[in-house]
Amino acid sequence: MNSKINDFVIRFANVNGSGSASANGMFAKALFRMGIPVATRNIFPSNIQGLPTWFEVRVSEKGYLGRREGVDIMVAMNAETFAEDIDSIVPGGYLLYDNSKPLATELVRRDIHEIGMPIATMLLPEFVDPKQRGLFKNITYLGALAGLLNIEFDVITGMVATQYKGKDALIEPNIRALELGRNYALEYLAAPLPLQVKRSDAVGDRIMMEGNDAAGLGGVYGGATVCAWYPITPSTSVAESFENHCKKLRVDPQTGEKNYAFMQAEDELAAIGIVIGSAWNGARSFTATSGPGISLMSEFLGLAYFAEIPAVVWDIQRSGPSTGMPTRTQQGDLISAAYASHGDTKHPLLFPASAKECFDFAADALDLADRLQTPVLVLSDLELGMNENLSEPLEWDDARRYDRGKVLNAQQLDEVETFGRYLDVDGDGVGYRTLPGTHPDKGAFFTRGTSRDEYAAYTESPEAYQRNMERLQLKWQTARQLVPIADITGRGGSVGVLYYGTTALPIPEALDKLAVNGIHLDTCRVRGFPFGDEVETFVAQHDLIFVVEQNRDGQMRTLLINELQTNPAKLIPILYFAGLSISADFIDEQISAYYEEHKLARLTGVKS
Amino acid sequence: MTFVTKPRVHHPNLPINELGLTRRDYEGSVSTLCAGCGHDSVSAAIVQACAELSLPPHRFAKVSGIGCSSKTPSYFLNRSHGFNSVHGRMPSVITGANLANRDLMCIGVSGDGDSASIGLGQFAHVVRRRTNMLYLVDNNGTYGLTKGQFSATNDKGSTSKKGVPNLYEPIDLVSLALQLGASFVARSFSGDKRQLVPLIKAALKHKGMAFIDVISPCVAFNNHAGSTKSFEFVREHMHSAVHADLILGQPEITADYAEGTQENVTMPDGSVLQLYKVDADYDPFDRVGALTYVQKMHGEGRVATGLLYVDPDAVESHDIMGTTSQPLNELAEDALCPGSEALSAINQGYR
Repeated sequence: MNSKINDFVIRFANVNGSGSASANGMFAKALFRMGIPVATRNIFPSNIQGLPTWFEVRVSEKGYLGRREGVDIMVAMNAETFAEDIDSIVPGGYLLYDNSKPLATELVRRDIHEIGMPIATMLLPEFVDPKQRGLFKNITYLGALAGLLNIEFDVITGMVATQYKGKDALIEPNIRALELGRNYALEYLAAPLPLQVKRSDAVGDRIMMEGNDAAGLGGVYGGATVCAWYPITPSTSVAESFENHCKKLRVDPQTGEKNYAFMQAEDELAAIGIVIGSAWNGARSFTATSGPGISLMSEFLGLAYFAEIPAVVWDIQRSGPSTGMPTRTQQGDLISAAYASHGDTKHPLLFPASAKECFDFAADALDLADRLQTPVLVLSDLELGMNENLSEPLEWDDARRYDRGKVLNAQQLDEVETFGRYLDVDGDGVGYRTLPGTHPDKGAFFTRGTSRDEYAAYTESPEAYQRNMERLQLKWQTARQLVPIADITGRGGSVGVLYYGTTALPIPEALDKLAVNGIHLDTCRVRGFPFGDEVETFVAQHDLIFVVEQNRDGQMRTLLINELQTNPAKLIPILYFAGLSISADFIDEQISAYYEEHKLARLTGVKS
Repeated sequence: MTFVTKPRVHHPNLPINELGLTRRDYEGSVSTLCAGCGHDSVSAAIVQACAELSLPPHRFAKVSGIGCSSKTPSYFLNRSHGFNSVHGRMPSVITGANLANRDLMCIGVSGDGDSASIGLGQFAHVVRRRTNMLYLVDNNGTYGLTKGQFSATNDKGSTSKKGVPNLYEPIDLVSLALQLGASFVARSFSGDKRQLVPLIKAALKHKGMAFIDVISPCVAFNNHAGSTKSFEFVREHMHSAVHADLILGQPEITADYAEGTQENVTMPDGSVLQLYKVDADYDPFDRVGALTYVQKMHGEGRVATGLLYVDPDAVESHDIMGTTSQPLNELAEDALCPGSEALSAINQGYR
């Protein structure tokens, strides 16, 4: 194999609950601190201890963040998955394993490089405590990798020192284990390998952050004061992040009083009920859940739509249907979220594609919900939510003011002649609301899920009901102008590709691969629903659009057909739904095959 | 709403409270419930209690679920915001309302279907969270709006209008509230205003989770011979353990209860809760004793009423959580947003 710098995929196969996550995380962080772009993926079971788990790091000087097929280096530490792990290594790749026990002959592959290292045996004389020996196994292979791949050793030892600050007794044995591994690699193995890393400046000022963490922090910046939630993978860390950041940023240092309420509810129904109750009473509030939670919240979402109450729901999508694969990623909740609840209901959706966008959309969603007086759902997924990935740094404009929407205070109520909660005063379908307790004798109204007139009085009048439903439709048109606009690039070609959320991660690489074969696509990354004019125009102006997404039924495609009355024949579904994240290889293959099959014209001879 | 609008004129001699308001200022729209419905008496008792306490009539959040009982927030406190939410989910909505503004008084009205069946989980959890509210159940043992099915509080053996006996054990919300940590637990009867109004007043003054189960017969579907939630049955079988009165500075006439023993409890705002024990050895500060008493009465076919348990030093959920004393819905950017400088430091932590 030729030497390859900063361009490989390494996968760690471990047993979950064995302490490997910390060592593996340090590996990725070390490369990131050397200025090398990395993308991490945790492939984990729905289990706490004893089942197989994998951690994959894509190292890419070019900054490709999507998943790549094939493994260049396999660190195989789980006997149970040994055979399949060895199988997944690309020809010419490397297997690092503990050869304290010899490799079974049937597992030997002639087309890969075996790197055996007697980790268990080496640790035996070093650490008396068997539990420590288990944990330091991970640190030892990290040390070996530092030698094999040329990772700057002081970067790793520096991280150990930071990580165990205050628990100094742990620093020395960790460093000892690191050195043990590294020295072995340098002395007995062919270190460094042709695959290696080298300090770079390709990271720039970017940060490495989980989307869920950014979402929780965005809630703090966006002024959320109530977070009500129920634990469900992969959304739990959104709520936990909100609380962690609040503890640092929202507690009065003098009194210890909290400028927020954090409530773990008894189920998803109660979580959304609390959000709706507090938003009705003027607090910015949100919940975080996943697909099963959206199903449970649907009745309440219909109420909030019809009664016109702001609410923000984070849906960190996982593989459905039903319990599906709860620890695997998917984009399978678009339709259930967009049209959640019975009757004619529909809800604005936001589609973040990076940690920064999670942060931005957390605050934007709160503004949007208040402005439109309706639930807004942010559709992230496990891939973005639970993996640490490169992101532009977070930004906040100190001049920004929260948009609390149309809420009348006591003085404004005194000034209006007649107050009608559901009067469309401004012609945008959004009425003025008041908060409980505002005024001694003006502005009180009764909120209900049943039909009412413009003055919030109960009615079953057919005309009043229809008028109300039509006003809600007008509000939907207003929403089109307010959701984040799509990110569109192109040179006015006739073929485009449309995608959203984490499907954006492999797109730059896929486009590069396609371009090599003369396929050039205009791009549209949808960021909000209902679709704005720019999406409508993009769809109208292209003869053929590949709609790339991570679900079986082409749910974004369905929304495009349904909402824009698009001819379905021009929307070609490119669908990946096996639970891992979609790769550039897959997109390239599928689109190339379509070109092949339909003999579409390519721009050959153009090398950009 | 109904086609009849209430006349604004009222009797010139209606008593005026400390805010210069009469009972009429605490009323709501005209009820659309059946004539003689117990629930209307409960709404009237709420109106009377709030007026007599001189509470500002716009400083309430009235929340309900779905059902006949849940319609009633329209029929009292017209100057306050009301929210008729989702079946069985009043507790979560009112929890949210209370989180957003801890200064508002929260009244949650529910029914036995709403709280003991579809909403039993939410009932349990709002009680254990100790939300500062009055949780009032209009308990008629039947599904009125869907025409007379048994509810989960209906006694075993009690018959439907068509004479069919209920085969299942009842769920007693009072026992559950006691067990789950409510700090004020009472039971009353819609037909006994003299007992109910002081209980509501005391509950509104209580800081913490106050639960009142009001047996409120359904004149349309559960007021026949054979029902244990009929006016006649409840009048005959109710047994008051403790009668409560709330004293706001001025002396109260107490002659009716002279034969029992008396105990005074000072409420957080300085008002005095006077307890007249009908059963001289009943201890209203003993949670376990109250549970035993309620169960014993039930075993004897009697309905224990009155103030069954109170913890005068109770805590509520905001105390437990340590929330700021200022209502959360009043906080603005300066209190909520850490700003760009803090964010730069946060970014650095992710490098």
